Amino acid sequence: MLGNLAVQALSGLASAASLFLVAAGLTVIFGVTRIVNFAHGSFYMLGAYLGWTLATNLPRGHVPFWGGVVLAAVIVGLVGVVVELLLLRRIYKAPELFQLLATFGVVLVVQDAALWIWGPQDLLGPRAPGLRGAVYIFDSRFPLYDLVLIGIGIAVFLLLWLLFQRTRFGILVRAATADREMVGALGVNQRLLFTGVFFLGSALAGLAGALQVPRESVNLQMDLAIIAEAFVVVVVGGLGSLPGAALAALLLGQMQAFGILVFPQITLVLVFLVMAAVLVVRPYGLLGRAPAGHAASLHIVEPPIAPLSPRGRLVAAVALGLAMLAPLVLADYALVVMTEICVAILFAATLHFIMGPGGMASFGHAAYFGIGAYGAALLVKHLAAPMELSLLAAPFAAGIAGLAFGWFCVRLSGVYAAMLTMAFAQIAWSTAFQWVAFTGGDNGILGVWPPAWAVPKPVQAWGALVLCLGGAFLLRRMIFAPFGAALRAQRDSVLRAEAIGIDTMRTRWFAFAIAAAFAGLAGGLFAFTKGSVFPTYMNISRSTDGLLMVLLGGVQTVTGPIIGAIAYTGLHEQLLRLTDLWRAVLGAIIIALVLFFPRGLAGLGAKQ
Amino acid sequence: MLRVTELHAHYGRAHILQGVSLHVRPGEIHVLLGRNGAGKSTTMKAVMGLVPPTSGGVEFLGQPIAGLEPFEVARRGLGYVPEERRVFAELSVAENLEVGRRRPREGLAPWTVERVCAVFPSLAAMLKRPGGRMSGGEQQMLTIGRTLMGNPCLVLLDEPSEGLAPVIVDRMAEAVRALRDEGMSILLSEQNWHFARRVGDTASIIEKGAIVWHGTMQALLADDEVRARYLTV
Ligand SMILES: Nc1ncnc2c1ncn2[C@@H]1O[C@H](COP(=O)(O)OP(=O)(O)OP(=O)(O)O)[C@@H](O)[C@H]1O
Ligand SMILES: [Mg+2]
Repeated sequence: MLGNLAVQALSGLASAASLFLVAAGLTVIFGVTRIVNFAHGSFYMLGAYLGWTLATNLPRGHVPFWGGVVLAAVIVGLVGVVVELLLLRRIYKAPELFQLLATFGVVLVVQDAALWIWGPQDLLGPRAPGLRGAVYIFDSRFPLYDLVLIGIGIAVFLLLWLLFQRTRFGILVRAATADREMVGALGVNQRLLFTGVFFLGSALAGLAGALQVPRESVNLQMDLAIIAEAFVVVVVGGLGSLPGAALAALLLGQMQAFGILVFPQITLVLVFLVMAAVLVVRPYGLLGRAPAGHAASLHIVEPPIAPLSPRGRLVAAVALGLAMLAPLVLADYALVVMTEICVAILFAATLHFIMGPGGMASFGHAAYFGIGAYGAALLVKHLAAPMELSLLAAPFAAGIAGLAFGWFCVRLSGVYAAMLTMAFAQIAWSTAFQWVAFTGGDNGILGVWPPAWAVPKPVQAWGALVLCLGGAFLLRRMIFAPFGAALRAQRDSVLRAEAIGIDTMRTRWFAFAIAAAFAGLAGGLFAFTKGSVFPTYMNISRSTDGLLMVLLGGVQTVTGPIIGAIAYTGLHEQLLRLTDLWRAVLGAIIIALVLFFPRGLAGLGAKQ
Repeated sequence: MLRVTELHAHYGRAHILQGVSLHVRPGEIHVLLGRNGAGKSTTMKAVMGLVPPTSGGVEFLGQPIAGLEPFEVARRGLGYVPEERRVFAELSVAENLEVGRRRPREGLAPWTVERVCAVFPSLAAMLKRPGGRMSGGEQQMLTIGRTLMGNPCLVLLDEPSEGLAPVIVDRMAEAVRALRDEGMSILLSEQNWHFARRVGDTASIIEKGAIVWHGTMQALLADDEVRARYLTV
C-alpha cells in the first residue's frame, strides 16, 4: 500500500517533469513576446519524432542516445527560430487572436509535415540504454527511466533558474516579461531577445518530446494533447512565471497521478476544473502578475458595425431566395454541403456575437456546439426522445452550460479569458471522451437519426436554412436592439457604460449564454444531419474552425460570419477533395491571411 | 545637441503634438514646462520613438533620429526616464541597473553601479532589494540611475519631482544639477515651477501640443505675465 502510494507520487513527479519542460518554454516565450504559441505542442511532437529517428539510427550506447536527445532539442530550437524569424516577427503588433491563429496555422503545417515524413503509424522507440529496469519501492516497481526523467526535470529547473538569475540574458528576459517597451527604451534590441527566447523555449519543448521516446509511442496526436495541458500549467502558474510553471506542473502531475486512483473517470475534467478555480480566485495565476505597460486585450479596432444598406438588403434577399430554391435542383451531395454551411453560419454567427459586439474572446466555443449536439443525442439514446423535442433541448442544454461557464469567463479579459474558455471546452470534451458509459467515449453516439419525414436531403437543407439563418437573423436583430447597444457600449468603454447604468458584467454574461444557446442549436442540427455525435465536436480544432470563420469574415462586420462560414466551409471541402495534405495547405492559407489580410475577407471588400 | 522641429504626433485619431520645436544645447538643462495634459510626456515619447511621430524632424548629435526604433535611439545616446518610472518590480536594484547597462561611450567617463550610488547614496544600501519594494523617491533615483547606466549624452527626464516629498525633491534637484555639472545635457519636463526654476538653464512652455514660449530661465523669471498666463493653475 505504502509502496503503491510512493510509486503513484513518483509517477506524478515524472509526468510533472516532462510537463514542466514543455510549459517552461511556453511561459518564457509568452512572457517576453506576449505570443500564445499554439505551435509549442508541435515543437514537442517534432522533438519526439526527431528523437525517435536519431535513437533508431544512431548506434546503441549512452553517448549516442543522450547525444541524440540533445541534438533533437537543438534542431527543434532552430525550427522555432525559423518560425519566429519568418512569421511571428512580422505579427508582434497584430491583435492577439491573429497571433494565436497564425501559430495554429503552424500546427497544421507541422502535422502534415510529420505525417509526410514519418507516416501515420505510431512509432515505438528503443528504451534508454542501461535504464530498462525498475527500482523497487517497498514492494512496488517503478521504472528506472522515469526516475532519471525526474532528475532531468529538476536539473533543467535549476539550470534555468541560474540562467534567469545569474546571466544578463536571463535578467533581460525577466525585465522584458515585466515591461518590454521599457527594456527597448533602455537600448536593448528586442529582436535578438525574442529570437533567443524562441530558441530556448522551442528547444525545451523539443527536449521534452525527445525524452518521451523511451516511455511511450510517438504519434500525430501528441501536439494538441500536450498543448492543452501545457496551457493549463502556464495559466495556473501565471503567464510568464517560471517558478509558477514548476509549481503548477507539480500540482497537476500529482493530481493526475492520484486522481486516477480516486476518480478514474474524470481525471481530465479535474485538471481543467482546477485551472478554472485558480483563475477565478487568482486571475493572473498562482505566481503571475498583471503585465505592465500594455493592456492585455484581444480587442480588434475596426470601424463600428453598421446595419445593411438598402442595396445590401436586396442582395441578401436575392441570395436567400436562391438558397431556398436550391434544394429543388441540387444533388444530394451538394445539399449535404449546403446543410453543413448553414450550420457553420449559425455557429460562426454565435461566436461573432460575443467577439464583435461583445468584445470578448472565446477559444472554446465548440463546447456549446458539442453540448447541444450531445444534449440532443443523449435524449435520443437514453430516452428515445423524438427529434423535435431533442432539437428543442439542444439550445437549452448549451444555454445552461453557457450560463455556468460564462459566469466565470466574463470576469476575465484578454488571454486569460481566452484560456478559460478553452479550459471549459476541454472539460466538456474530456467528459464526452472519458465518461464512456454515458457518452460512448471516443466511439461517440450513433444512430441519432431524424424521423422519416426529415430524412430526405432537401428537407434537411430547408430545415437547416430556416433554423440556422433564422437564428443568425435573430442574433443580428439583437445587435441593433437595446441589449445589443448595451453590449457594444460595454465593449467600447466599461467605465462609460457603467456610468450610464449598464451592468456590464451581466450584459456580457447574458450575451455569452445567448450565443451558447444558439451554438447549441447548431450542434443539435448537426447531430441529426450526421446521425451521430463524437467528442471531436467540441475539440480545439472545431473551436478554431469557428474563430477562422469569424476572422476570415472580419470581426466587426455583421455579414462577416456568413461570408466567413461559407468561404471556410467551401475551402475546407475543396481542400479535402483535392489533396491529402489539406491541413498543410489550410495552415499555409491561415498564415498568409494573417500576414497579408489582418482585417479578414469581408473587411477587404468594405475598405475603399 | 537635440533639435526638434515641427513635431506632430497622434494617439489614434487624437492629434496631440501639433508642431513642437525645441533645442537643447550641450551641457544645459532645458526645462519643458506645461500644465497637465499639455503634451510634455508625449513630446519625450515621440523623441524616443515610443510614440511614432507623424511628421516633423528630430535631430540628435547632427543625425536625424525620427522614425528610428526606441532601442536605436537609446543606443545613440539618448536616455529616457519615464514619468511613471517603470521600475522592474521583481528585479533587484542591482538587476534593474544591469538592464540599463550599455558599453562605455567614447569620450565619456563610463557609468558603473558605484558611480550611480555616488550620485544617489541611498541606493547603495539596497542593491539586493526588489524594485517593487522601494519608496517613490527611491524608485525615482533608481530609474535615473538605470538610464545613466546606458552612458547617455542627453537624458530626457519626465517630471522627476512628481509625487515626491519636499525633502526628496530638494535632493533630486541637487542630483540633477550635479549631473549637469558633470557635463550631462538634460531635457526635463516639469509642472512644478519651484523645482524647474532651481535647476533650469533654458526653458520652453508647451500648451495644447505646441510650444508657446521659449527662452532663458532668467527671462522667464522676469516675465510675470507669461508665467501667469501659462503656468499658474
Ligand atoms: N496613451 C494615450 N492615449 C490617448 N491619449 C493620450 C495617451 N496618453 C496621453 N494622452 C493625451 O495626450 C495629451 C497629452 O498628454 P501628455 O501625457 O503628453 O501630457 P503631459 O504634459 O505629460 O501631462 P502631465 O503633466 O499630466 O504628465 C493629454 O490630453 C492626454 O489625455
Ligand atoms: Mg506627463
